[in-house]
Amino acid sequence: MSHPQAADTFLKQAEHAKWHDQALWFVRQKRDKACKKLPEWESLRGLAADIKKHTLSRLSEYLQEFEAKALENGLHVHWAKDAEEHNQIVHTILDGKKVKKIVKSKSMLTEECHLNTYLEERGIEVIDTDLGERIVQLRREPPSHIVLPAIHLKREQVSDLFHEKMGTKKGHSEPEYLTEAARQDLRKDFLSADAAMTGVNFAIAETGGFVVCTNEGNADLGASLPPLHIASMGLEKVIPRAKDLSVFLRLLARSATGQSITSYSSHFHKAQKGSEIHIVLLDNGRSKILHEPEFMKSLQCIRCGACLNTCPIYRRSGGHSYNHVIPGPIGSVLAPHKDQSKHQSLPFASTLCGSCTDVCPVKIDLHSQLLSWRSKLVASGYIPKGKLLALKSVSWVFKHPKIYGSLGWLGRKTLPSLPRFLLHNKFNVWGKQREMPDVPPLSFREIYKKRKKP
Amino acid sequence: MDQLYPKAAMAALEFLEKRGIDVEYPEAQTCCGQPLKNSGCDAEVTPLAQRFHDIFSDYDYVVCPSGSCTSMVRHHYDHHLDPTSHGTLKNKVYEFCEFLHDVLKVDDIDASFPHRVGLHQSCHGLRELRLGSSSELHGTSFSKVKSLLHQVRDLQLVELERSDECCGFGGTFAIAEESISCSMGRDRIEDHKSAKAQVITGVDSSCLMHLEGLIKRSGETLPTVHVAEILNGSAEL
Repeated sequence: MSHPQAADTFLKQAEHAKWHDQALWFVRQKRDKACKKLPEWESLRGLAADIKKHTLSRLSEYLQEFEAKALENGLHVHWAKDAEEHNQIVHTILDGKKVKKIVKSKSMLTEECHLNTYLEERGIEVIDTDLGERIVQLRREPPSHIVLPAIHLKREQVSDLFHEKMGTKKGHSEPEYLTEAARQDLRKDFLSADAAMTGVNFAIAETGGFVVCTNEGNADLGASLPPLHIASMGLEKVIPRAKDLSVFLRLLARSATGQSITSYSSHFHKAQKGSEIHIVLLDNGRSKILHEPEFMKSLQCIRCGACLNTCPIYRRSGGHSYNHVIPGPIGSVLAPHKDQSKHQSLPFASTLCGSCTDVCPVKIDLHSQLLSWRSKLVASGYIPKGKLLALKSVSWVFKHPKIYGSLGWLGRKTLPSLPRFLLHNKFNVWGKQREMPDVPPLSFREIYKKRKKP
Repeated sequence: MDQLYPKAAMAALEFLEKRGIDVEYPEAQTCCGQPLKNSGCDAEVTPLAQRFHDIFSDYDYVVCPSGSCTSMVRHHYDHHLDPTSHGTLKNKVYEFCEFLHDVLKVDDIDASFPHRVGLHQSCHGLRELRLGSSSELHGTSFSKVKSLLHQVRDLQLVELERSDECCGFGGTFAIAEESISCSMGRDRIEDHKSAKAQVITGVDSSCLMHLEGLIKRSGETLPTVHVAEILNGSAEL
């Protein structure tokens, strides 16, 4: 389903769509308040963008430095070229330890690899422990937002779900009650899991350690109990020095939710005695993007979700309308790298208003990249024949000012006298919900020609 | 503007002429090619960019009463023209309010508009031309358009809940993503209505046309008028 079709369906539930827009706008406002408390906000953004740009310019060196330090720390390091290899590596590690059940904190990377399905098909139970992730997992659907996975659901819907799956009291939708129920339910999984998985927010080349940011402490609890911790990360997550964290941690939570810092920023350097930590570094197309100058900056992303919250299209169409693991502006920039045909409508799911570019804490030129994708997609032939013909005709007219003037004159003479049904019918998409503009008797050029110059 | 909103273009022309500026309207001009660029048809843009260059190169300044067209020329012709010669031309191209504010440094507008006015900050004017500070960025708040409107007698600018959210026009987006486009437009109109605006103004006729179309269909009366008409004192409601 293309984005406009999915958006159309989402908007049919008008009240829910309005609520969704307002809920995310509220998050955007919280972000505004939080970042405007920092006088140095814009210089922090500049610094973060520079650090990321520098890191990407010598990514292989920093990754090798990270690997060497991590190995020194006694961590196990694995490299995966694609999602399939990533999943195989994770499964092999788990299988080697006879793991039957894992607890997993939020990781968009494992969503990208469809790891849950892969492991479940091989007899391993996966429990997502982030509350939002757990909700969408119980509903057997993907997250609709990279930071707020269940933002498309109202608490009444969560209440019904928990009633069905956890036996909570029907009709009770108080957030405290539902959260407590999920805590109790997850507790037994934390205690019985054989291994834990986490994502990685930042991997530090200098120290060989990595940082996982959560608000629920579920990554710490998960990783501290069982003797095996596997952390999956995209190649672009590496930063050079520990002190660079001070820049990113300040930007991340403020941009994401308007908090000063995430409740938990957990640092992992060495495994506990008798335990193992494995890191899987995944490429999956990232090194290809690194070599495309127009799109390289998209690898600076720290997955804060601010561009989703600010995007007027995302807010009014919901994350699932993008039909890609990462929705919103950053998703629309990343998705066509995976499959141009499947995701061809995404770069057009934007008015190019530029709010995403201005809100981005690492200064990714998101709306410019969306525009670049449009040219690229059209050059690859992804444009409906009718649209291309129409645009080519328009372009031809624009090259011939006399014909342009005459056509304008003809339109202004005939349109006002046409019966309404000829103007407003199913072929006129503009007129479905909008009136056509009133046609003036004379064009500007006609008035200009007739007037006397003062 | 030429075909549908000649009054706005006329207002811009008159305003400049009243200030003693020698203004010409080269009749060979048509469209800057923005709808083609935004649709990804880059090959079709190059000849239009070249035409623009041939027509306008010899003027001291090129003034355009549209933020998005100005941004097209200033920011998006780079891939289509020789960078050296375009560099000279693009620095002479100004959006109308920007020209008044930055070049003419107008501080004595002689116009009256006794109404509550909602300013729609068109996105390309705001975030590509930086006619004002966008709500996302942290810094000194400013608006070149508002600073001009403040000079108009009896005009009262209203405070919007969402000061610079997109109206949803977006060129071909208005057709390709019709549902969202109209939903965004209606939300903007509601915001202006809640702020008790009697008129919506802006620097882009295209955004205003979209909002006007929605307002008229709803049967309400909330006129839209280009900012040049207010500044020129020629706005008719």
